[in-house]
Amino acid sequence: MSDATLPAGRAVKLKLDRDGAIKRAFMAVIALYLIVALALPLYAMLSKSFVTYSFDLARYEFQVSDEAGNFGPPQTAAAINAELGVFDADDLRSSSDGRLAATAFFPDFSFRSPVKYRIRGTGPDAPYLVGLDLQNTTEWKEFDGNTFRRINLRPVKSVGVQNYSEYFSNPALFSSIQNSVFIAVISTVLTVVAAFGFAYSLNRSLMRFKGFFKLVAMMPILVPSLLPGIALIYLFGNQGMLKSLMMGHSIYGPIGIVIGSVFFTFPHALIIISTALSIADQRQYEAAESLRASRWRTFWTVTIPGARYGLISAAFVTFTLVITDFGLPKVIGGQYNVLAIDIYKQVIGQQNFEMGAVVSVVLLIPAVLAFIVDRQVQKKQVSLLSARSVPFQPKPNKTFEALCLMWCGVMAVFILGLILVCQFAALVQFWPYDLSLSLKNYDFNRTDGGGWDAYTNSIQLALMTAVFGTLIVFTGAYMVEKIDGFKTGRGMFQFLAMLPMAVPGMVLGLAYIFFFNDPANPLNAIYGTMTILVVSTVTHFYTVGHLTALTALKQIDAEFEPVASSLRQPFYRLFARVTVPVCLPAILDISIYLFVNAMTTVSAVVFLYSTHTTLASVAVLNMDDAGDIAPAAAMGMMIFYTNAGARLLHMLASRRILRRTQSWRGR
Amino acid sequence: MPNNADAYLEIKDLWKAFGVFLALKDINLVIGKGEFVCFLGPSGCGKTTLLRAVAGLDPQTRGQIHQGGQDISNLPTSKRDYGIVFQSYALFPNLTVARNIAFGLENTGRPKQEIKTRVADLLALVGLPEQAEKYPAQLSGGQQQRIALARAIAIDPGLLLLDEPLSALDAKVRVHLRHEIKELQRKLGVTTIMVTHDQEEALSMADRIVVMNHGTVEQVGTPTEIYRQPATLFVADFIGETNKVATTYSGGRVTLGSVSLSTEMKGVAEGASVTVAVRPEDVVPHLSTEAGEGAANLLPAQLVDMEFLGSFWRCRLQSDILGGQELIANFSINAVRRLDLKPGLDMAVELPAERVLVFAEGA
Ligand SMILES: Nc1ncnc2c1ncn2[C@@H]1O[C@H](COP(=O)(O)OP(=O)(O)OP(=O)(O)O)[C@@H](O)[C@H]1O
Ligand SMILES: [Mg+2]
Repeated sequence: MSDATLPAGRAVKLKLDRDGAIKRAFMAVIALYLIVALALPLYAMLSKSFVTYSFDLARYEFQVSDEAGNFGPPQTAAAINAELGVFDADDLRSSSDGRLAATAFFPDFSFRSPVKYRIRGTGPDAPYLVGLDLQNTTEWKEFDGNTFRRINLRPVKSVGVQNYSEYFSNPALFSSIQNSVFIAVISTVLTVVAAFGFAYSLNRSLMRFKGFFKLVAMMPILVPSLLPGIALIYLFGNQGMLKSLMMGHSIYGPIGIVIGSVFFTFPHALIIISTALSIADQRQYEAAESLRASRWRTFWTVTIPGARYGLISAAFVTFTLVITDFGLPKVIGGQYNVLAIDIYKQVIGQQNFEMGAVVSVVLLIPAVLAFIVDRQVQKKQVSLLSARSVPFQPKPNKTFEALCLMWCGVMAVFILGLILVCQFAALVQFWPYDLSLSLKNYDFNRTDGGGWDAYTNSIQLALMTAVFGTLIVFTGAYMVEKIDGFKTGRGMFQFLAMLPMAVPGMVLGLAYIFFFNDPANPLNAIYGTMTILVVSTVTHFYTVGHLTALTALKQIDAEFEPVASSLRQPFYRLFARVTVPVCLPAILDISIYLFVNAMTTVSAVVFLYSTHTTLASVAVLNMDDAGDIAPAAAMGMMIFYTNAGARLLHMLASRRILRRTQSWRGR
Repeated sequence: MPNNADAYLEIKDLWKAFGVFLALKDINLVIGKGEFVCFLGPSGCGKTTLLRAVAGLDPQTRGQIHQGGQDISNLPTSKRDYGIVFQSYALFPNLTVARNIAFGLENTGRPKQEIKTRVADLLALVGLPEQAEKYPAQLSGGQQQRIALARAIAIDPGLLLLDEPLSALDAKVRVHLRHEIKELQRKLGVTTIMVTHDQEEALSMADRIVVMNHGTVEQVGTPTEIYRQPATLFVADFIGETNKVATTYSGGRVTLGSVSLSTEMKGVAEGASVTVAVRPEDVVPHLSTEAGEGAANLLPAQLVDMEFLGSFWRCRLQSDILGGQELIANFSINAVRRLDLKPGLDMAVELPAERVLVFAEGA
């Protein structure tokens, strides 16, 4: 029967039942969410980066009268400009809301003179403003001097790569790429080495105080990335206590950024490398020992190759975190420009949204590359994990343990030190001159930046992000994992869910401006509200939650759904009664992850907050910007304590759930 | 084949393709009401695929399935009428045994008390009345299996599907549960399909066995039919043990070296290349060709060695007529004692004509 061929005809397709329809509807809704909250804004940004606005002087014609009211011959603005040389090509480049006063073409203009002016478009698209009134016509319009001075030409839009060529020919902007890469590479090397030593000590030695070190190592996750910057300023800044240690170098610039980056990326690298080291196979080490390989050789031939995927992955994650970080260079970067700062400056400082979009696209490239490499590596790591191996058992070795203790001790002092400096600075009258304790820096309502409202707003944002985010993320992951058929739809959804990881916060924030601030967008109403902050934060941190949920869901028996449907029970009953309870630990993990990140994030929301939705993390930034460093440190520590409290609650809740579920998790 | 009048499940011209790979090729099958049918075949032959098509979990590519007179070919799972037990049992870990069994009963408008009684009845039926409040993880594999069964039959399904329900259990529990499941099925009278690759399981439990190979049905029949009259060489080889020799067929006889054997097999083309198959237990021992006078189909052979397997002796024999090929025979303890068989003995074996199976090449 090997020659059997499938008879012609159409493949049997099952009728869609209610369950299937509901599942698809759910997935469609969440996919729609991701499209609106991610794909469309990114698209808006991308297309914006190809748009240029410039004044096209050939499109306008003027006529001027003498004092008696007799008009001379019409002349195009271009011709006048060629004659007078008022504007060069650079001056004519503009942004979407640029304006060019018509009077500039008439050096003798005086609004008191009886001279009259006429203006018209030479073609169909020649916009100009009379006051606020937009005109676009080839009809002559006549104005007296007093009105004419209120006439402004408007730029016209064209599409092309002009922004990019401008960007790459601007040495100041272009040098930011070098700076960003330089900072990211140095920080990555330092962080990975530091984290490797730390992870190695935790996993491969009998060092004491492991619990304490683990706790300290995770602390940087609880604070905004700009907090170490503030601490460094206190220590090594212009009035720093330890400024002399800098030996004439300035902490404002690459040195400060690198040290701060090591601080805030350290826990991320540590988690990845620690996971890689924890799956070591005892047998390999026994084999190496039986071959009388030296410790040093064993390290290079067994340990490093075994952990290589973890190391590569940690390096790429760190690189991405550093190159896309905005808070730290903002606080301590001084005159040292990096890409993330350029976006901020172009958008907030110069209102040049198109150029901001170009820098965003440039920043997107390394982030996307790092993301792709990381995904490939992660896949390999998973297959390593599933291999059956005997866990590694470290042997006592006094010298080695002392060495480990030293390494971890140094890192702990570094991390705790920076946090304590912040706390101390926040609690003293006036660093470093009056070190008596005071709570005045906590009186946020007396400084600019949003006051205590900013703090409560942040809590609100974090809670909403945790609740709605977990709901969306987990439901989405469930639909991807447990829906049958509908392959293309699931593939697309999976892609959308992975995408946020590759998109830096700054880029997302800017993309939101383009998309949601467009008056033509019906969703425009959420611009400037808490909703847009929640949406952007959920989207920004979507991927990690999605992956956590998928991992948990994959561990559930795939046969539950068929069983439930053979028992004629709707899937949502199974979902509520079984899936959610079984996945509760993962669900809690997702929500605490979203909460903590919503408390600390700066990059996306810095473009999106409004006066009544200021946030604690943004307040830290703004207070620091305004020179109120002590209140900034105080606010930063408020974030730290809030997150630490949330983590504690999370731990207690997880414990309780674990205890309750122990009975059914088996003997 | 059961009488078509009481046909319950009909599978017609069914094909399943995974990409270009054909996992099922033109399956036709009728299962009667109340029948216990086993899908049996080597790993990868498509048993699970066929079961999943019946359940609507992984629909067939072509063909139709009728259940109880209704065309269910493109009905979604939830609209079909069956209970299912998987190899993993798929018990909900966070629900007690009672809640697991009640899962399909709740949410149907039945009063609470009725559900409670029904769950208690079911627990008694599967012999675990004391375990209602335990969680699945606190039960043994065999107990979990019975709970999964109770949950599947709780809703009185018209069809019970079992995918290798016993393969995760150890041998002893497995033999015990075989019996229990069969008993239960008989009591309930529910039409049942069980997938297995364990022939002993199939032979001992099934009313009829569907032997599958490479996505096709090789033979459908009762255990005795399958065993005594295998339709193809594959079936003869797969079910039980068999001695095989390649030769040709002519005039109702096959020739092995200088000996010509008669056979009762019909429908083999004259002069065709064939394979002769004889089961070890069908080989009859004689002291010599002369001693077996009256008997046809006698071969001289030497007893190479013997192995005592409790209820019989397993013997390896060699015969010049078969060339280098060995003949395996199972001799009864009686026969061995009576004939005083010992390794190294020159003797004769009889291959009874009605037990000599002949399969044309490619069949
Ligand atoms: N989803 C799938 N995609 C592609 N091929 C599949 C898929 N499911 C099954 N197959 C293939 O179809 C064939 C039959 O698979 P099936 O699971 O039905 O075998 P089986 O008879 O149940 O085997 P076993 O005894 O090992 O369970 C196998 O070759 C298998 O590789
Ligand atoms: Mg199978």
